[in-house]
Amino acid sequence: MTVTDPTPETADADPVTPVVPAPSTITIDDDGLLTQLDKLPRRNAVLRMSEVRAAELVDEPLDGENDQTMLVNMGPSHPSTHGVLRLMLELDGETVRRSKPVIGYLHTGMEKQAESLTYLQGPTNVTRMDYAAPFFNELAFSLAVEELLGIEIPERATWIRMLMSEMNRISSHLLFMATNGMDLGAVSMMIYGWREREQVLRFFEMVTGLRMNHNYIRPGGVAADLPDGWRDEVLALMDMLPPRLEEYDILMTGQPIWRDRLQGVGTMTAEEAIALSATGPVLRSAGVPWDLRRDEPYLAYDQVEFDVVVGTYGDCFDRYAIRLNEIRESMRIVRQIVDKMPRGDYRVQDTKVTPPPRARIDESMEALIHHFKIFTEGFKVPEGETYVAVESPRGELGCYIVSDGSSKPYRMHFRGPSFVNLQTMSHMMADSLIADAVAVISSVDPILGEVDR
Amino acid sequence: MSAESTSEDTQSEEPVEEAGVEIEMAYGCPVSYSRAQRVIHPTREQWRSVASSLLADGFNMCVDVTGVDYLTFGGQRRLPAGIEGERFEVVAGFISHERRERIRARVQVPEADATIASLYSIYPGADALEREVYDLLGVAFEGHPDLSRIMMPEHWEGHPLRKDYATGAIPVQFKGAPASR
Repeated sequence: MTVTDPTPETADADPVTPVVPAPSTITIDDDGLLTQLDKLPRRNAVLRMSEVRAAELVDEPLDGENDQTMLVNMGPSHPSTHGVLRLMLELDGETVRRSKPVIGYLHTGMEKQAESLTYLQGPTNVTRMDYAAPFFNELAFSLAVEELLGIEIPERATWIRMLMSEMNRISSHLLFMATNGMDLGAVSMMIYGWREREQVLRFFEMVTGLRMNHNYIRPGGVAADLPDGWRDEVLALMDMLPPRLEEYDILMTGQPIWRDRLQGVGTMTAEEAIALSATGPVLRSAGVPWDLRRDEPYLAYDQVEFDVVVGTYGDCFDRYAIRLNEIRESMRIVRQIVDKMPRGDYRVQDTKVTPPPRARIDESMEALIHHFKIFTEGFKVPEGETYVAVESPRGELGCYIVSDGSSKPYRMHFRGPSFVNLQTMSHMMADSLIADAVAVISSVDPILGEVDR
Repeated sequence: MSAESTSEDTQSEEPVEEAGVEIEMAYGCPVSYSRAQRVIHPTREQWRSVASSLLADGFNMCVDVTGVDYLTFGGQRRLPAGIEGERFEVVAGFISHERRERIRARVQVPEADATIASLYSIYPGADALEREVYDLLGVAFEGHPDLSRIMMPEHWEGHPLRKDYATGAIPVQFKGAPASR
């Protein structure tokens, strides 16, 4: 692949052994244990400084020659920080030497909150984490609960979940296109990206009643069946998007200014990405073809065909191109889903888990009791613990639930991909210009609701 | 010990409990299965060396580190024989990209000495995740380069995800309207 190739390579979707770059060297530290620290050549670029210490620095006298760097705050309220990410930057002129992402501004204790919500109320809570990709939060939570319950959901529910996930991946990546463009000065891109995303959200509203925070995917299936006319709506979107994506290509992908701004900026090697536990487009941009949809198929992803898009250089351009092409791959999946959508039920008809249909309540005493029980005390989930992961637009979204046999999770933990991917930022922006730091932040595509939870 | 590279997905729920006599071992620690997911139970002392052998065995990414406070756990904790349940548990997940395999480790951490070795040098990606566990559960990771609060403000007292951390509502009063009670 040459530098001028507009699309990154695609890995084969066949379940073959992933081409994971073998670690070049295995290093053993002083304790005789393996270490991966040598895989991070820029680990000193992580600024380890407390607020208190930073405040003290103000009062310290200047020390001429040795005082060549300056601490500058970027955020928490800055247009390119995607919400409330704050960066402490140590600048040497215009060059970022060290940096530290400071988070927690949106921390609302959702994991703690989950402990006092029943499993049925759970999705309303978790859907607010990654607010750009709410279906994935609901999906991870529901899959974990279903695994604990040991129930199989109907085929149609699985395919509806897959449809919504892929539509959500499209809308989330469209949002990325918009914000990435805006961050880098292609301001009109912001309007285009939002415009297309809004069309997808309109479809969500048609299906779930809400544009965001749907609470649509629930343990046991989905909240409601797809409405009449969903097929036409989806196909209309699928026809609308390709020419728009080509417009993006004209506006950005092929533009020398856009490429100069992104190519070679914020590079990362595969070893670095793996050592830093990066997932999703950040990992794939470094050339690691790892996508849970292909590598650990959940739902019915083993029955659809798609390619895993990987990059070569691990730079901001690769991360941009990967997301743009993932929109195309998602559209490919959506078309297959539309063709293959099975008939049947949209949720399990187990009255212990899902509420009975409204009409049944009028005729059946049991239905009324089940309805009452589910909405007052919720359903009980057998003891145990499980970890379930799905491939969200940002990477591996994992849900770890410990159940003590009651109707509320004893502990619920979300492994947010944005939270973990945030660690790569300091490494990627080391010794680059502030303007490139903006490109790096944007290309990681963090959603702070999920970072802080 | 690390010869457990070929792991078939065991579908049966609790093979260990059923056998009763022999406990499956991997990486020098007992193995259990939770919903067909493989879980190892290293001791605190073993933690770093177990992580190192996981890395040597191809588990190239530490994907998740979290913790659980079992203080008010109402159920029965299923732990393999020889593992004494403590108040805190640090749970870490590892992936092998090459073999498409996952493994989870659950380490018991006593309340009296809530510390455990950090995996930072072996899996640098554990950095922020360990800080989160420290911040919200108050389990300290020895050898971590910057063990500071990450979600809560630096001056915060207490660890919110602990079960004995008091939760409560802040009374909200509407301006001007006298409270009725």
